[in-house]
Amino acid sequence: MHLTVTQASDPQIIRVEEGRIDSAVAIQFKDAVRTQVSPDAARVVLDLGAVDFIDSSGLGAIVAAMKALQKHQRLDLAALRPMVDKVFRMTRMDTIFVIHDTVETARGEAAH
Amino acid sequence: MADSQVTATPMIFETELASTSQDVRGALDSVSGVLGLSGWNAAACGVVELVLAEALNNIVEHAYRDCPDGHIVLRLRAGAEFADLTLHDRGSAMPDFRLPAGRFVDVGVRCEDLPEGGFGWYLIRTLAEDICYTRENDRNRLELRICRHTHDDFHGAENPRR
Repeated sequence: MHLTVTQASDPQIIRVEEGRIDSAVAIQFKDAVRTQVSPDAARVVLDLGAVDFIDSSGLGAIVAAMKALQKHQRLDLAALRPMVDKVFRMTRMDTIFVIHDTVETARGEAAH
Repeated sequence: MADSQVTATPMIFETELASTSQDVRGALDSVSGVLGLSGWNAAACGVVELVLAEALNNIVEHAYRDCPDGHIVLRLRAGAEFADLTLHDRGSAMPDFRLPAGRFVDVGVRCEDLPEGGFGWYLIRTLAEDICYTRENDRNRLELRICRHTHDDFHGAENPRR
């Protein structure tokens, strides 16, 4: 599972360098995000611009990554590709996460 | 995508895979390729891929309980209107020999109570046109039909309140 931190803080931006978040990588994904998250960041943004496909295991892994954050931290998502966006809307997970159209807009919003 | 690019004659694809997530990935890639050759666009291919991923993950995780030496046979018949998927496996039967309900999972709850699973059958039931499950001679047979026109843009058929 390849993740790149493209901005240290705040928001911390973590780019997922994988085309798929599916059952083959769900556990590694969850652990990798947990390892990369900076304890100092109030807001963490997952840049999903490279991810073409997500299944319910991948969705669960993103939820698990969010639940693993500390109380003062928030997980946002950015740059969802069409199929990933569709899965978030179908499951109403788009009401749980703040979803930014682009990484730029995610960067622009002041941390809460 | 112009309809004229969609082949009139259905394409048939058949493959066998082991009950591992890597084999599932391989099968999804193959099916996407066949559908692409049949003229299905990215949005419609994505839906077939998602439905198939959820159905295969269910076989790997539940019918074969994550045991990697299970055997799955996948057959796809892809035409201009429908993709018909048939999956056979020799794992455990579905609970009560019935398809799971796949009800909408309420996500309107506190962060710590958010579900990390349970979306698979909901996605299958929402996206597939027809679903048929039978258990015969210790074998599961799952048939799934996906309608191309319902899903040929990324915004179609996503209302989960049904």
